[in-house]
Parts: sequence; structure tokens; C-alpha cells
Amino acid sequence: MKYAALVYYQEQLIHAMSDQEWHDLNQECIAGVERLTAQGHYVAGQALQPIETATTVRVRDGETLISDGPFAETKEQLAGFYLLEAHDLNEALQLASRIPPARLGSIEVRPIRELPPKQTTGETS
Amino acid sequence: MRPHPPLLDTLYRTHARRVQATLIRLLGDFELAEEAVQDAFAAAVQQWPVDGMPDNPRAWLIRTGYHCGVTQIRQRSTAQRRAHLLLPADEIPDLEPDTIQDDALRLLFTCCHPSLSMEARVALTLREMCGLTTEQVASALLMKAATVAQRIVRAKRKIRHANIPYEVPSQDELPARLPAVLQVIYLVFNEGYSRSTGSQVVDISLTQEAMRLGEELASLLPEGEVFGLLALMRLSDARRDARQDSTGELVTLEHQDRGLWHQADIRSGIAWLEQALAMTPTGYYTLQASIAAVHSQASHPGQTDWRRIVRLYDALCLRHPSPVLALNRAVAIAMKESPAAGLQLLSELEQHPQMNRYYLFHAAQADLLRRQGRHEDARLAYQQALALVNQAPEKRFLLKQLAGLEGAQ
Repeated sequence: MKYAALVYYQEQLIHAMSDQEWHDLNQECIAGVERLTAQGHYVAGQALQPIETATTVRVRDGETLISDGPFAETKEQLAGFYLLEAHDLNEALQLASRIPPARLGSIEVRPIRELPPKQTTGETS
Repeated sequence: MRPHPPLLDTLYRTHARRVQATLIRLLGDFELAEEAVQDAFAAAVQQWPVDGMPDNPRAWLIRTGYHCGVTQIRQRSTAQRRAHLLLPADEIPDLEPDTIQDDALRLLFTCCHPSLSMEARVALTLREMCGLTTEQVASALLMKAATVAQRIVRAKRKIRHANIPYEVPSQDELPARLPAVLQVIYLVFNEGYSRSTGSQVVDISLTQEAMRLGEELASLLPEGEVFGLLALMRLSDARRDARQDSTGELVTLEHQDRGLWHQADIRSGIAWLEQALAMTPTGYYTLQASIAAVHSQASHPGQTDWRRIVRLYDALCLRHPSPVLALNRAVAIAMKESPAAGLQLLSELEQHPQMNRYYLFHAAQADLLRRQGRHEDARLAYQQALALVNQAPEKRFLLKQLAGLEGAQ
């Protein structure tokens, strides 16, 4: 079963880090991904640029609206994501607890939802 | 539940919850298991009077319920999705006594999973483990049935969609997972204990349900803290008739008529405590129960061994530092040494934002000031406590203390 692990933290904490601390954190994340991959739990993942680089897109009445940043003011910002393969929630939570930024912010673990099968042409319901 | 003949009624009470716990494992679904239990008992009503009672009624009910559930799955459109859960129809599911025993634990650990909200855990545990109906859960928790039903539906959906496993945590995970279970049981107990019994027309005793759950857990998982929690609940419950006067007003431990304490419950609490203390490490509930035991063993407030109580609070504060425990420790030190010593510790705690908003902090301060003869300061502290208190009996108690103070001046 697949779970998304969404990594959140306050970017201020990162900005306040020394270069060495930031370097160490990144190396720790790389090692973590290697471990997850070796154990067969890693499906995909990516770290994200800071929130100031984000752009939000909405389509309303056929019109595309583009605005700066995310819509809601939140305390913690989305910093990256993992897609994990785990047997059940307990295993997914255990894997998430070992993602290094869990110590700084929080990891939201969510089961993925499979979309229904593609409708074949001819069916109308 | 349909009306059963008396014998079946008894059998239902004895077996239904356990049968359901096993069927949840075998069928992999709460709702399906619930229906299957009903179907199995319906079949029993038909067959047992004709064929006689089976040698092992529980195994018979599980097997019958399992087959009813399998039939259901095959008929549903979801059959494809669940097919992998099913054993071939003629294969007998795992009915080893040990596995069946563990099903009750699996159910409890699932109902108390930390990924569910506390409210959901309590509702689910009362419903699935104690076998209460949604209406009974609602009336016991003073909530609307629709709210409770909603909570239970949401929790079950999360269990299914997030794939919360139906399992007993392994020995190395147990220390991390057991506290969540004990917390639910203790919350159920306190929910019942903090209510004034006189004005309630509730036929469900949450304190009884919590103690039953604790005993069941102790028989399945003999861990020190399980015994400690049981001891704590018994020793608190032993004072049930003394903690309110005939008009329903709260009576503090100091002023309780100790002749009303139930000695049989105290003995049972102490026996559980001894079992808990025989196991290491000594945990939170065991230490709390040890404090309750010291009070239980004093036939008069003046005989209370405050020295021992302070030592127990020292151990508690060391291992589980919290401002509330520090408050209790300060009061114990005041009793052991002097009100001034207690007040000194309270003034250190005052900085804590949580304490300033906590009515018991101000009430404790007021009580110590009163004992010191500082009536004006005590009056101010009582007023602060009154401004923060929500529960009516506590409010009346504080008003009475305040009135007593005015009289003394």
C-alpha cells in the first residue's frame, strides 16, 4: 500500500541554520532516501524550493487565475514529499518518523487514493 | 439486537464481543463483522433448540458468522477488492485459543490507535470493546447520538482507508503503544467518576466499564502499568460514596467520612498494586495508585503519611514532569512541612501560563493562604479560582470556602 509523507516545517528554522547544519541535514536526507530505497519502501520523493518561489493557479469560469504564493497563511510550510510503500499505517508511521525533518517540523502521512479505472469509450454512466 | 430467549441472552453477553473481535480479523471489516455476529446469533436461535448446544459455542458462532460474512462479501460488488482476505470456503479459519484470545487485544489496540482522535478512541472503545450501543455511548458521554455515530463512522473509515493494522504491537513496540490504551481506559473512568451520580439518569456506569476493561486487559496483557491503572481505579472508586454529601456537594479528601470508604475495594486495589509493584519499571499509574493507597490506609486525615506521599510525588515529577504534578507535590509538601513551604513552591509555578488559567492552582493557593491565616489574600485567590472554574459542583464548593472565610473575619 502506498502512503504520501508530506514534510512541513517553519522555513525560518532553516534560514536560521548555519551552512554546516544545512549541509548535514541534506546529507542525512540523502542517506535516508538511500536506506528507504534499499529496503524497498521508496517510490518517489522530492524536496521543494522555499515557499516564496510558489505560485498558485486556479481556474474559475474558464479563466485561469495566477497568484503569488500559497493561499493560506500557515505556520509550517510544505518543504517536500515522499511516496512510500508500506505494509500498513504502523509501518508508514515508523518510516515517516525517520525522515530527518520530522525533528524540526511535522510529517503528514496519508494513504494514497487510487483513482477508479479509466472509463472505456462507449460507456456513458 | 433481536430478543433472545434468556439462555441466548446470557450467551450473547458472554460471547458477542469476543466473536466480533475475531470476525473483524477474519473478515477484515468492522461493519461486516457486526452484521455477521447478528447473523450467527440468529442462526443459533434457530438451530440450538433443535440440535442442542454445540460443545464450544464461541467457535460455533465464529464459524457460522464467518460463513455468513463470506457469503455477504461474495454478493457485494466489493467482492473483488476483498477477495484476497478470504480463505477457501471449506478451510476452517484460525480458531486456536491463543489467537482468539489475542483478537480482543487486537481490537483494543486498534480502537485506541494513536492516529485516531481521543474522542474517537473513547467512543470506539465503548462501542466495540464494551459492547455499548451508540445511544448508550452518547448518553454516557452526555453527547448527541448523531455526534457519536458520526465519530464512530469516521474512525472506522480511517481504520479502513489508512489501513490501520488489526494487530497487537510487538514486544518492542508495546512500551510506546500501551500508554495510549491505558489513557483511554483512565479517561473513560474519570468521565464517569467526575460526574455527580445523584442527578444522572444514566444506566451505564463508565467507572464500571473502565474497570471491566482494565481487568480484561490485565488478563490478556499482564504488564505492571495495567495492574497499576487497575489499582488506581479501584482505590479511587472505593471513595465513591464519601466524595459527595447527601445534598450532592463535593467533599474533599480531608473532610470525607472514611467510614464510607469501601474496604473490600481498597483491599482489591492494594492487591492489584502489589502485583504492579512486583514488576519493573514502576510506571506513572503505579505511582499514582501508590499515593491513593497511602490515603486509603489512613483511618484519619491526621494519620496520613505525607512524607511517603511527597517521596512518591518526587518520583512522579522526576519521570513525568508536568505543572499539574508539581502543583500536587507542592500541596503534599505543604501538608508535610508547612503552608509557607507549599506557597513558596506555588509561587515558583505561577510563571507557568498553564497554571495561571488552572482553577485548581488558585484554589490550592487560596487553601494554603487560609491555613496561614492570610484571609484577604485567600479571598482574592478564591475569586480567581471562581473566575476560571466551569463545573457547577466545584463552583459551589469554592463559594462555600469563600463564605467560610468571610465568616472567619
